[in-house]
Order: sequence, then structure tokens, then C-alpha cells
Amino acid sequence: MRAVLVVGASLAGLSAARALRAQGYDGRLVVVGDEPHRPYDRPPLSKEFLAGRADEAALVLEADGEDLGAEWLLGARAVTLDPGTRGVGLADGRAVTADGVVIATGAAARTLPGAAGPSGVHTLRTLDDARALRADLARGGRLVVIGGGFIGAEVASTAYALGLDVTVVEAAPTPLSGPLGETMGGVVSGLHADHGVRLLCGTGVRGTEADGGGRVVAVVLADGRRLPADTVVVGIGARPCTDWLAGSGIELGDGVLCGADGRTGLPGVVAVGDCAAWYDPAAGAHHRVEHWTGALERPATAVAALLSGGAGGQRAPRPPYFWSDQYGVRIQFAGRAAGADTVTVEEGVPEERDVLAVYRRGGVPVAVLGMNRPRSFTRWRKQLAAAAS
Amino acid sequence: MMIPVCRLADLPRGEAFRLETDPPVAVFHTEEGELYAVDDTCTHQDASLADGWLEGCEVECPLHASKFDLRTGAVDAPPARRPVRTHEVVVEDGMVHVRLSAAAPGPPSCAAGRLAGGAG
Ligand SMILES: Cc1cc2nc3c(=O)[nH]c(=O)nc-3n(C[C@H](O)[C@H](O)[C@H](O)COP(=O)(O)OP(=O)(O)OC[C@H]3O[C@@H](n4cnc5c(N)ncnc54)[C@H](O)[C@@H]3O)c2cc1C
Ligand code: FES
Repeated sequence: MRAVLVVGASLAGLSAARALRAQGYDGRLVVVGDEPHRPYDRPPLSKEFLAGRADEAALVLEADGEDLGAEWLLGARAVTLDPGTRGVGLADGRAVTADGVVIATGAAARTLPGAAGPSGVHTLRTLDDARALRADLARGGRLVVIGGGFIGAEVASTAYALGLDVTVVEAAPTPLSGPLGETMGGVVSGLHADHGVRLLCGTGVRGTEADGGGRVVAVVLADGRRLPADTVVVGIGARPCTDWLAGSGIELGDGVLCGADGRTGLPGVVAVGDCAAWYDPAAGAHHRVEHWTGALERPATAVAALLSGGAGGQRAPRPPYFWSDQYGVRIQFAGRAAGADTVTVEEGVPEERDVLAVYRRGGVPVAVLGMNRPRSFTRWRKQLAAAAS
Repeated sequence: MMIPVCRLADLPRGEAFRLETDPPVAVFHTEEGELYAVDDTCTHQDASLADGWLEGCEVECPLHASKFDLRTGAVDAPPARRPVRTHEVVVEDGMVHVRLSAAAPGPPSCAAGRLAGGAG
């Protein structure tokens, strides 16, 4: 292999470039990214960076002096992938052809349906989003967060600490019941009420209202209620950035459909990070894992498969893992809650938001949740990984 | 300064002991039977490396996956950017001791943790 192109210059793309070099690939390496920035870390955007406790320098993902010998094409958007030549066309008309392609285009924040919202309505995915939201939060006042998932909850927690009056609106009866299940979703989202942040569940959003100057003044709920707001954050999930792959012959579902090692159906093309739905043999289905650690680790597996043409017999990825920081509580989760038939509290007290809970299916541990319990959490996480491999 | 930690018999392989010094120190007993000591607090945020994932001579921070080489204190990749300080481990009469590094806490140090307890 003499030329490899990585599309997407964030955590998964950088990890793929690192893995290529670490695995001895010494050919041409091109990294294309549509943001103007070098790879940066997103988790602090809803936490330390948003709170003003970390500056932009702290977000840099490359190590000091790190040089991967790559050509970086930043501010360049990939718009086509030709299945025959593996040529990637860029929006500015340039094209790059390679023997191997790593798709690492991540995901983009979902927006409310309808026209672009008034000013003061934000999504949070990029550094530019975070800069704009940070400036608006500095005005203080009332914040309405639409969506009680992890990003929405973290923004609510950060804004609460900054002294804003915060309301979270969630369409489901319990926030986080998708990733954590009903019981533990309730325990974690109980953090809002503990801090006097209003949580309205079971109601959708009809839209937003603006004043004459085009600045948001309220969120209107599906049931007609009107919540006055100075700033609004829409945190209703992310969709994989795969539009540019239409017509490439690559199979798309909720993300790029891949084997258990990241290979797509197209020889010489792998996909990693938030845009990729790897086959999970344990679940018998494809899953997109939208977490930092997956975007960090899985590229090594995919790159090994790419360099060996799939002959490698790659080590199975560790079970999905993520963390979230809300109201000073460290939340950690590993494995998959879906399919568990029991959840038991092994340590601590849920009401005190100090807990280690284990999810089992047919008596076998499939997932673990920790709140402020890093030590026992790591033990359980290791045990899950050992059972999965 | 030599500080007694615990009996070697009370620190099974694969386990870590957190010493409540200021700053706290983590002592690791690897699966291969080696002993290492490093400053316990991750150089990224407030996480205890004694709570981390020990594999070979490396510990992965329990929060954000930066890995520290216990022999040198070196970190592999961000989010943590600075190495941790390493300390010497001495086993005498079945007791594990740590000789605290003279280096200032925080800034880079390259002193290697000593291999001990290799037999058995
Ligand atoms: C605010 C926030 C907080 C988070 N907090 C946590 C947390 O606490 N814990 C956790 O585990 N995870 C967290 N995450 C998730 C984590 O950041 C993601 O899983 C990770 O960033 C995924 O990396 P990626 O490289 O796959 O995708 P991304 O980081 O989305 O990067 C994809 C890159 O590709 C670029 N791109 C897209 N389309 C194209 C194209 N056609 N051509 C060229 N470039 C393109 C994008 O501009 C982007 O820069 C958080 C995410 C956000 C947004
Ligand atoms: S606290 Fe250790 S890597 Fe973040």
C-alpha cells in the first residue's frame, strides 16, 4: 500500500493516522478534514471549556512535537468516493486517489426540524459551536435545554454552575433510558432535581419564538406551554456524516455498515469512530458507538485489517465505554444496557448518586454503571472485557 | 524518604495500593510480579491512577484512557500531556517500601521505577 487517505480530522482520524504509522506503514498519508482546526478534543466543549475553566490550547489532541508525516488538507470537505479508483473528490474540486481509505467523518448535531432557528438557539458539536454558546451563556438569564441526553445534561450542569436558571425538556418519560435503561436513567437524571434544575419529561417541542430582532425569547412545547428563554440548546443527538458516500456503493444504515474489524464491503476501505456501525457478534447487529474511547481505540483494529487485507485476525474491541461529568459527579458506563434483564446495585446508594450497578442478562454481566466509583468500575470493566474476548 | 507501604503478601499481582502521602503515591504489583510506584494523580484531571487499568508495565487512567509507562512515568497520548513522577520501590523482609523521588512533584521526571520482587 503506497497511499492512504483518512477522511475526517478528529479523534478517530488522528487515531487511524497514528495506528498506521505505529503499525509500520511508511507510505503517503493524507488527512482531509472539513473544519479549519487541527484535531481537538470534544468532551471538554460541554464541560471545562464551556465553563471557561480550560482554554483552546488544552483541547489539542496531538502530543507536543508529534509528527506523523502526514499531509493535512484542512478546511476541505470530501464530497464523493469513487468505488473503482478509491478517489475522493473534495468540495473545492480537488481529488485525492489512494490505495486505502479510512472513513472517519464522525457525526453532526441534529437540529430541530424547520427553518434555521433564531439567534440564541445552539447545537453543540464543534469548537465554533462551543465558542458561540459560551458567549451566550456569559449573558446569564434563562437557559432551556431541549433533550436530556448526555450532552444536554452536561450543558445544563455547566450552565447551572455558571449561575443560569436552567430547564431541561425531554420527550421520553425518563431521560437516558436508551443508554442506561429506565431505572438507572432515572437515577442519573435525578441529578438535575438535586440541584434545582427543572426537568420536564414526556413532552415534545413545537418550536421556538423570537422577538422582532430575531433573538429567541421562548420555547413552545407540544402541549402548548411556553418556556421563556434567553438561550436555547438543542441536544437531541447526532447523525452520522455519511451523505458524501451516497453512490459509492458502500452500505449505509445508521452509519457506515462494517464488519467486526471496521472493513466496509469495498476492498481497501474501512470506517472508524462515530460514523461507523461495526458488526457486534455478541448482539448480532450493527451498532454505532458514539464515544470517545471507541474513536480512540478501534482505528488500530481497522488499520490492521486495512494493511493486512483482512487477514489479520484482529483482537476484538473492548466493550463500549464512556464517561460523563454532571454536577460534579463522575458517571462511567461500559457495555450495553439493551437486552439486560436485571440491574442490581452492588455498591453505594442510588439516592446519594454514589453507586455501582451491574446489568445482567441470564445472570451474565453485560454492562456496568458507576457514579463516583472509579475503582470498582474499572474492575467490572476489566471483567466485562475478559468475558467478551 | 523511605515510607513503608504494606506487606508484599497483601498486594496481589494485578493490584495497586494508594499511599496517602502528599501528593498521594500509587504502588503497582504487575501480573509479571514487578513493583512500581508513581504519583497517584493523573496529570490530566483529578483521577487516581491506582484505580486505573493495569496491563503489563502500563496503567491506563480510569477516566480518559491516557496510558502511563510505570517504568518511566511517560504518557502515551493526550488528553494527559505531562509524565507522572516515578519513585523507587524497595522490598525488605516482606514489606514494600517507597523511596520518594527528590524531584519536585508535577514536572517531568525520568527516574525509572526499580524492578523488585521479580522472583516467584
Ligand atoms: C460536546 C461533546 C461532549 C462529549 N463528551 C463526551 C464524553 O464525556 N465522553 C465520551 O465518551 N464521549 C464524549 N463525546 C463524544 C466524542 O467526542 C466522540 O465520540 C468523538 O469525537 C468521535 O470522534 P470521531 O473522530 O469519530 O468524530 P468527530 O469528532 O465528529 O469528527 C469527525 C470530523 O470529520 C469531519 N467531517 C465530517 N464530514 C466530512 C467530510 N465530508 N469531509 C471531511 N471532513 C468531514 C468533521 O468536521 C469532524 O471534524 C462528546 C461529544 C461532544 C460533541
Ligand atoms: S484524568 Fe487521566 S486522562 Fe483524564
